[in-house]
Amino acid sequence: MVNSTLKSEVRNLNFHYGDLHALKNINLPIERRKVTALIGPSGCGKTTFLRCFNRMHDLYPHNRYGGEIILYPDGINIVSPEIDPIEIRMQISMVFQKPNPFPKSIYENVAYGLRVRGIKKKQILDEKVEKSLRGAALWEEVKDRLYDPAFELSGGQQQRLCIARALATDPRILLFDEPTSALDPTATSRIEALIVELKKEVTIIIVTHNMQQAARVSDYTAFMYLGELIEFDNTDKIFTTPANRLTEEYITGRFG
Amino acid sequence: MDGKKHISDQYERELQDVKESLLYLGAMIEKAMGKAINALLERNSELAREVIAEDDQIDQLDVETEEKCIRVLALRQPTARDLRFIATAIKINGHLERIGDMAANIAERAIILNEEPQLKPYIDLPRMADIARGMVRESLDALVNENVELANKVRGDDESIDALNEQIFRELLTFMLEDPRKIHASLLIMQIAKNLERISDHAESIANRVIYMITGKIVRHETPLKAQDKQIA
Repeated sequence: MVNSTLKSEVRNLNFHYGDLHALKNINLPIERRKVTALIGPSGCGKTTFLRCFNRMHDLYPHNRYGGEIILYPDGINIVSPEIDPIEIRMQISMVFQKPNPFPKSIYENVAYGLRVRGIKKKQILDEKVEKSLRGAALWEEVKDRLYDPAFELSGGQQQRLCIARALATDPRILLFDEPTSALDPTATSRIEALIVELKKEVTIIIVTHNMQQAARVSDYTAFMYLGELIEFDNTDKIFTTPANRLTEEYITGRFG
Repeated sequence: MDGKKHISDQYERELQDVKESLLYLGAMIEKAMGKAINALLERNSELAREVIAEDDQIDQLDVETEEKCIRVLALRQPTARDLRFIATAIKINGHLERIGDMAANIAERAIILNEEPQLKPYIDLPRMADIARGMVRESLDALVNENVELANKVRGDDESIDALNEQIFRELLTFMLEDPRKIHASLLIMQIAKNLERISDHAESIANRVIYMITGKIVRHETPLKAQDKQIA
């Protein structure tokens, strides 16, 4: 283990969709209990990169990983074929662009991952569901209607439910893929405040097109372009004095 | 702004507009400084009154420029070089307005001095004024051309102004000791010298802000490089 503050370390990561070389030699440290934002224009590879962390690409054939994503403290390589992707997804959860609750009750949505893990005891499930809903700042709003269908919640509440569902399995890393692009400004502010709160317990990686959002919620920012990592630094530094010309052109809106 | 333009033409124009306002303000205060010092040297109180009257325009432009900067901050949320530019523009705008006030102060004192017989031929005062005006001009040139070297030069120029100010002070002190009737005029001249010295301080501050704008480094509490150090650096 190189550094005790690291949760993960990406080393020479390459990724191919068939013949398309989508990620090129990415090297990036992921600090423990910090928010790392991935920014860059559409098609730069940031979502592809995020999906490597929980092996989402395994769902389709002809996808190839190269290099390593080391997960600390145990030092396993997430993208190694010997690692079970199902187990990885338990430990590294993803929250998507659009809220995607299961067509079940609020309670069952959160309990789902635990049931998959074989937890049956009602007391444990109850405790976990409450803790996760509290963690996602949703408990007060839903505690009296836990058995109502999840689809009756508002968009912002559904997204927080998805965060609670992700939290239920005690993930080591939480991945956010454009978590607020389908939400109104109020719901967006709530999710952003929640992200800042969540990092006390869990390491977060977020992909966002909203640069002000990256500036508001993240500690570190990585700028990607055409499958390469162009610049990685403290978020303050990136948004006031970026070192790379491409980064500056992108964040100041001079790209194109 | 050099380099690539913004995708939004409107944004590009807004930033350009702030820059032009600053330069226009710079041109106005340079003119005011020139007139104020000439009003003294040529004993022309009419010219001095013009400077005082024109200070209102400078104040007006100061307010307008600041409003433009605040509008960009609110509507565009600038980042990186654009953010540094707007933050710098707000500060420089304030310095320029203060220089305008100094010029008006000099003009006011010139009017009073012109009522009395001239105390002595003015030698160091016009020198000081030339250096101060040069510093203001160069600090703004450094802004336009994003020239760190020129900004650094301005930061060093302030020393010769301080030396001249001290010399004027000592000289006038002897006048006052010799003849109490010369105290009034001497004090007024000292105040003018002090105003020029403060103008050079503002020019130095502008140069410091320009360095921040270009490099992102805040240097205003660092001692400027001396001429001999500059060659080494």
